[in-house]
Amino acid sequence: MEQLPKWADLVVVPLVGLILAFVLSMLMVLATGHDPMEALSLMVSGALGSSYGWGYTLYYATNFIFTGLAVAVAFHASLFNIGGEGQAALGGLGVALVSLFIPWPHWSIALLAASVSAGLFGAFWAFIPAYLQAKRGSHIVITTIMFNFIAASLLNYVLVNQLRPKGAMDPATAKFPAPTHLPSLGEILNGVGIPFAKGTPANVTLLVALLACVFVYILIWRTRFGYQLRAFGKSQPAAVYAGINPVKITVITMMISGALAGLMAINNVMGEAERLILGSVEGAGFIGIAVALMGRSHPIGILFSALLFGALYQGGAELGLWTSIPRELVIVIQALVILFTGALDNMVRSLVAKVLIRPKRVEA
Amino acid sequence: MDYLTVLQILDSALRLATPLLFACLAGLFSERAGIFDIGLEGKMLMAAFFSAATAYSTGSVWLGMLAGIASSLVLSGIHGLASITFRGNQLISGVAINFLASGLTVLIGLSWFKLGGQTPALRGGARFQSIDLPLADTLSGIPVLGPLYSEVLSGHTFLVYVALLCVPLTWYILFRTRFGLRLRAVGENPAAVDTAGISVVGLRYAAVAICGVLCGLAGAYLATGLGASFVKEMTAGRGYIALAALIFAKWRPWYALYATFLFGLLEAISNRYPSLDLGFITLPSQFMQALPYILTVVILAGIVGKATPPRAGGEPYVKER
Repeated sequence: MEQLPKWADLVVVPLVGLILAFVLSMLMVLATGHDPMEALSLMVSGALGSSYGWGYTLYYATNFIFTGLAVAVAFHASLFNIGGEGQAALGGLGVALVSLFIPWPHWSIALLAASVSAGLFGAFWAFIPAYLQAKRGSHIVITTIMFNFIAASLLNYVLVNQLRPKGAMDPATAKFPAPTHLPSLGEILNGVGIPFAKGTPANVTLLVALLACVFVYILIWRTRFGYQLRAFGKSQPAAVYAGINPVKITVITMMISGALAGLMAINNVMGEAERLILGSVEGAGFIGIAVALMGRSHPIGILFSALLFGALYQGGAELGLWTSIPRELVIVIQALVILFTGALDNMVRSLVAKVLIRPKRVEA
Repeated sequence: MDYLTVLQILDSALRLATPLLFACLAGLFSERAGIFDIGLEGKMLMAAFFSAATAYSTGSVWLGMLAGIASSLVLSGIHGLASITFRGNQLISGVAINFLASGLTVLIGLSWFKLGGQTPALRGGARFQSIDLPLADTLSGIPVLGPLYSEVLSGHTFLVYVALLCVPLTWYILFRTRFGLRLRAVGENPAAVDTAGISVVGLRYAAVAICGVLCGLAGAYLATGLGASFVKEMTAGRGYIALAALIFAKWRPWYALYATFLFGLLEAISNRYPSLDLGFITLPSQFMQALPYILTVVILAGIVGKATPPRAGGEPYVKER
């Protein structure tokens, strides 16, 4: 197969995959007896047509930046972390414990402490599968999936039996005290005179997510550890021969990955719900896989694909609200994006190559 | 705990082990041919939905079963296309298939039945009926062994017996036929198989197709044998547990039976005792629910000893030019 130019590899191939995924999903919408164009326009206007829509789109995008980065960091070391869902759930526990039981003077300090706690909890949940993979050779894909289930049970236990306020019925913690309230994007922008819808969940955590992108870029491409990580990902035997410790790389990479997934909780638990509820992750850990694949495991790509999936998620919610098309349509689109930009990448690539490289062949 | 309780738990364990056994054998064929399949879960879910939907609308459980197998085979085809023809990442393909199934079943289910993603309850001929083995009543009088036969082995649905028969059948196909030898070889050293003039692609597609059929049976059993309708996400991680059982069984059919029965037993116990009082400590219900998953991790972590997967597993085969 001919080598594609870099721009085609990084931009055109994922875009074609995305378009294929969308065309197929819209065919499915058509097959279930709905108008795909109407659905599409409702999704776009619901997600991007108003600052209210943007407020939600950016909120979801913040979640997906964290989980996408988490998957991407692991991908660079050829590790597949499907456990983002559980790690983010544990991160939520970390945020809840810090926010509930420590009186914070100001939200900025609370955010800092909650971030550390969320990251540590997430990292801890990734540590066990990582250690088992590195030391015992247990397949990390299966163990991280199992840890998602175990996390769900653990959260259920903690919320129902420990953290639930007396007399409350739903499995959730009490509302966090007022000083831990994070300023929402609406509050910040209105403060500097830019009109933005109030009451939308996008909040200051978005900036933390952008910082995380910078952190991951520096970590992967500008540090000694990042170099070792990528070398390990390209060829394990070569990395070991070069004196890189496989156990160390696997464990630290997965812990960073878990910490990033855990950090998501400062957005959804602290920024939005302001209390920990059961099932608060809502599949964001899994969407991180699609985001990382689509974004080619690069922070800039992840930023854009997280935005895309944020819009998709918000658009899907609008769809579920106004039509009888369920929001599970988003899961189908997500699956097809993973299929076309991940598993069937070579197919899309050869399609693109056929179109792009044909003129050259005629020359030769 | 009296003898009857033990028998009831064993009986329920056999029921619960059946979908795991089908899925485990499905994974066995696929992985022995060198194709990792994380997508067992999705295929089971898809088959469960289509078998329940078809059984409900036609009233025939057999047509339902065929529809389940067919839908599972479609997903197998996608997996084959991605991992054999286009040499993509098999893990990612499997993950995509799982999400595809979990989204599509709800999407189509809502559009067809408008019941929040479920199918209507199946009755009569739309479900598998239990079969009493010959002489079950007569032999039940024999102490100890009689009840074991009539309570535990007899009185299951058709697919339970099919699953049990699949174990020796799988063993025979893999270890006593030419096809099986080649299938195993293609998972260990595809280049050698290719050199011998046998199609690597053909063999791998055959393995993936067998995997699809078995996952279809697993799904059909879940919705029309074990349960009486399709419920959203009804596979509940069974596909992954089957994979863990496969590693526990070291990719061998008879051990697959034992491993899946162990998981079935565990599920049966946690169903029977929602919170287990051990005398000194009462295990909360959430712990009992998580028990199969915890055991999966424990087994993967250590008890297995050294489990050597097929050598060419997960690697696409590229012919030398």
